[in-house]
Amino acid sequence: MLAKIFIKPKKGILDPQGKAVSGALGRLGFGRIQEVRIGKYIEIKLDDQDRSSAQAEVRRMCETLLVNKVIEDFTFEITGE
Amino acid sequence: MPKIKAGVIVFPGTNCDRDTVAALTQTAGCSVDAVWYETKSLRQYQLIVIPGGFSYGDYLRAGALARFSPVMEALQEYTDRQGLVLGICNGFQILLEAMMLPGAMQRNTSLKFICRDVFVRVERNDTPFTLLYKRGDVLKIPIAHADGNYYGSGQTLADLEHSRQVVFRYTDAGGKTTGQSNPNGSLDNIAGLCTPAGNILAMMPHPERAADRVLGSDDGKKIFLSIKKALA
Repeated sequence: MLAKIFIKPKKGILDPQGKAVSGALGRLGFGRIQEVRIGKYIEIKLDDQDRSSAQAEVRRMCETLLVNKVIEDFTFEITGE
Repeated sequence: MPKIKAGVIVFPGTNCDRDTVAALTQTAGCSVDAVWYETKSLRQYQLIVIPGGFSYGDYLRAGALARFSPVMEALQEYTDRQGLVLGICNGFQILLEAMMLPGAMQRNTSLKFICRDVFVRVERNDTPFTLLYKRGDVLKIPIAHADGNYYGSGQTLADLEHSRQVVFRYTDAGGKTTGQSNPNGSLDNIAGLCTPAGNILAMMPHPERAADRVLGSDDGKKIFLSIKKALA
């Protein structure tokens, strides 16, 4: 099975990369942008297992290493592949 | 007086270890070991320095992978006994990721790697690392980082203020904290923090690169001399 993890800067935290990209898109004529936030996307292939134990495991991975909870939020989904 | 026994931790990707060893040896007369990241005990040392560099290539986040190295468990044990730790640049990032100090580093607001001299003001001289400075002294020390934009929540900043944990702030040459003198976007112009007990100091500027006149500034030298005096 496959875990798809989405990490993004916490709400209210300045995202310098997002700001720069927002400015660049504006200069390219894309005028209807309110805000750009840039995060990370991580895929983890897991051994097949019970879905709820996979969810608990991935949550632990996020909280231990993958995400810095001071500045980042995360969501994830687990799919068959 | 016996020499201070200091350990400089080396991770894969650390690159300021030799400069740091030289600064400790030449300015404070320390007997220094480069300590490999797989080391499991730091008990024999009176001072541990986590030098600058790019531990584990800064993969995932600066300091995030180094934090789980074997030596970090030894460091925890060492600091539980109030051992002195100086974290410089990547060392600061590692100490934040290890939650030995609060907050996190973000990408510089300019999105650029910045390598140049900056000015920092000494906010506290009652730590083992700064006791030879005067409060308000302005030091010219280089920074060299891409992720030095300090962030802490409103509560964290209030706590830091309350426990007097800010040791250095970015200023102009006259010692004024201004937006322009803040090179990376750090909240409250924070350039260096200590623990409430004062035994751990983390700073983004590199004192080892300002420890001898020949390097353009020796304003960082007193950090090493302060440690020597504190341990005497």
